[in-house]
Amino acid sequence: MSRDVAVVAFAQTKHTGEDAGLTEVELLAPVITEIKQATGLNRFGFTCSGSLDYLAGAPFSFVSALDTVGAWPPISESHVEMDGAWALYEAWARLRHGDVDTALVYGFGKSTQGSLRELMTLQLDPYYLAPLGPDQVSLAALQARAFLDAGHKEDDLRAVAARSRAAGRANPYALDLPDPADEGYEVAPLRPHDCAPITDGAAAVVLAAGDRARELSERPAWIRGIDHRIEAHSLGARDLSRSESAALAAERAGARDVEVAELHAQFSHEELMLREAIGLADGVRVNPSGGPLAANPVMATGLIRIGEAASWIHRGEARRTLGHAASGPCLQHNLVCVLEA
Amino acid sequence: MGEPCAVIGVGQTEYRTKRTDVSIAGLVREAALRALEDAGLTFKDIDAVVIGKAPDLFEGVMMPEAYLADALGARGKPMIRVHTAGSVGGSTALVAASLVQAGVHDRVLVVAWEKQSESNATWALSTHPPLSPTIVVGAGGYFAPHIRAYMRRTGAPDHIGTLVAVKDRQNALKNPYAHLRIPGISREMVESTPMLWEPIRYLETCPSSDGAAAMVLASESAARRAPNPPAWVHGTAMRSEPIFFAGRDTVSPQAGKDCAADVYRQAGITDPRRELDCAEVYVPFSWYEPMWLENLGFCGEGEGWKLTESGATGLDGDIPWNASGGVLSSNPIGASGLIRFAEAALQVRGLAGEHQVEGARRALGHAYGGGAQFYAMWVVGSDRP
Repeated sequence: MSRDVAVVAFAQTKHTGEDAGLTEVELLAPVITEIKQATGLNRFGFTCSGSLDYLAGAPFSFVSALDTVGAWPPISESHVEMDGAWALYEAWARLRHGDVDTALVYGFGKSTQGSLRELMTLQLDPYYLAPLGPDQVSLAALQARAFLDAGHKEDDLRAVAARSRAAGRANPYALDLPDPADEGYEVAPLRPHDCAPITDGAAAVVLAAGDRARELSERPAWIRGIDHRIEAHSLGARDLSRSESAALAAERAGARDVEVAELHAQFSHEELMLREAIGLADGVRVNPSGGPLAANPVMATGLIRIGEAASWIHRGEARRTLGHAASGPCLQHNLVCVLEA
Repeated sequence: MGEPCAVIGVGQTEYRTKRTDVSIAGLVREAALRALEDAGLTFKDIDAVVIGKAPDLFEGVMMPEAYLADALGARGKPMIRVHTAGSVGGSTALVAASLVQAGVHDRVLVVAWEKQSESNATWALSTHPPLSPTIVVGAGGYFAPHIRAYMRRTGAPDHIGTLVAVKDRQNALKNPYAHLRIPGISREMVESTPMLWEPIRYLETCPSSDGAAAMVLASESAARRAPNPPAWVHGTAMRSEPIFFAGRDTVSPQAGKDCAADVYRQAGITDPRRELDCAEVYVPFSWYEPMWLENLGFCGEGEGWKLTESGATGLDGDIPWNASGGVLSSNPIGASGLIRFAEAALQVRGLAGEHQVEGARRALGHAYGGGAQFYAMWVVGSDRP
């Protein structure tokens, strides 16, 4: 089977850097309503979501999220405990079967509920690594150091942060963060502006196959290639200065000749590493939305990258774009999605 | 349904209260290696890995696919983590099958697991999130009232649950992987155990198990090269409905009926009791056998308990349910659904050993989760559809 599948609609919250008093369900509900109105669809052939129980500290975040979808009569639905980008991947595969034409995909996260930085420690090897307590920023700093040692400068990181924050200020959905100031290190060599902000938010995408996509969108963003790869978990087993799994996923997805790339870089150096790994030419516009450094609603951030990349095609402003998502410590797992008009 | 898909390898660990001899990685790898051996393959031959388990709070390892990538030979490959509550083992198999049916991969390794001894599931299910109602009763406390409602609705006599508890444990004595293997299991023994959540007695509930199960799913060309007989996928379906709303039938939920109707339609089945040879159905509390017999259309409404009482679902009955001993005999929660799907495959491959249903050619695998609101099902058969 090789049915063409396209992103036909994208919606996201106006992400916040502080607790706006909304539950995860309340964050998500308006986004689902918006995307249903935008597509005129109330029922979908398949529904898939991505979320993380640990953000709320309770099992089954996705159970109550189902209330936002209107799952009655019952719907064909699944969930990944991963970023919504992987829910999109599952839905993309499902649409290729040929029996259903539309899929609703969503991701949501409310990071302000806890301490994300320490929470991510629970993702590490529970026997040999997690008990040592390394937090997410410290691990990213190890990778940043390896990257700088391979011939890059701290100023390069600052330039990424400055460009991302400026772009974020121009994006009504991202946070308003000031230009990088002369702050101390968060964890050397990373400064506070090199780290993605704590963010609450949600996003949704509608996928459609073949002619259904052409009916639902004037300019569908066709998925020309999508692939994801995971690499070793142990940081000691990897060359931290490069992202092998991103390079492999990009190659398999056919990531060439794109005009715009939205990268799931939660730290400044990750953007530079991913540019190299994916093989983006100098002229490619990277993270024109501001990227995760301007808004990082965990579990939706990767899905938003694909949604943002698709929006360029929906608006008729680009012909070929790329969305990227990452998971695991220090870019352990990377997904690349190439979209085309 | 897309491209043809078949099960060419099944692997299970021994299910026990505590598998202190292995780490989590060791546990999943044990199941994976056995599935690969059955398929005559090594990790090198696998294109992608799909992994599932119940809530991460059960072991306190968040998004464990990151840590388990190495143990499952996933380095340099795609890896997906599925989570759909108790139905997750079934959903995980369906996501893996979907990748083959979509023509994305030829050989997918699917693994589901739980290591309940690392934590306390009832505790993890009874948290107090802000601004949300909390149940604080674990799964037994949640489902007991629904069982009561079933008994009231159908007039089922009290001993039906006991019959299922005995039947499934007798089957477990024939399954070397089963956790609860109770010699001399009898109605008197079940009835002498304490009442946990009225009407559920101690021996009418599932155990807490450590364990993992795995399968290798293959495209047609890969299945043709497998050393052992394949189980062909004849239909797959998932359904979900919201947990709370006025008028919801929690005894025989619509999502279960719709899911069954969908999977039967794909498999060309109109009379499941007659056209299926056996079924592995998610029965964590004994009474769920008669309840699901009705929900899945094996009999009319109100007739489920009579079917159970008649012995039809026994290993020597006309439609054996849970010949493996079922969830009542082994319950590594996240894996329990996948075990149902895998046992259904073993039956139609003729590889179920001592609990083989004679001549089984078509079987149903079933899993449910959440507040009986998430469903995953497949029908597998000896013949290519």
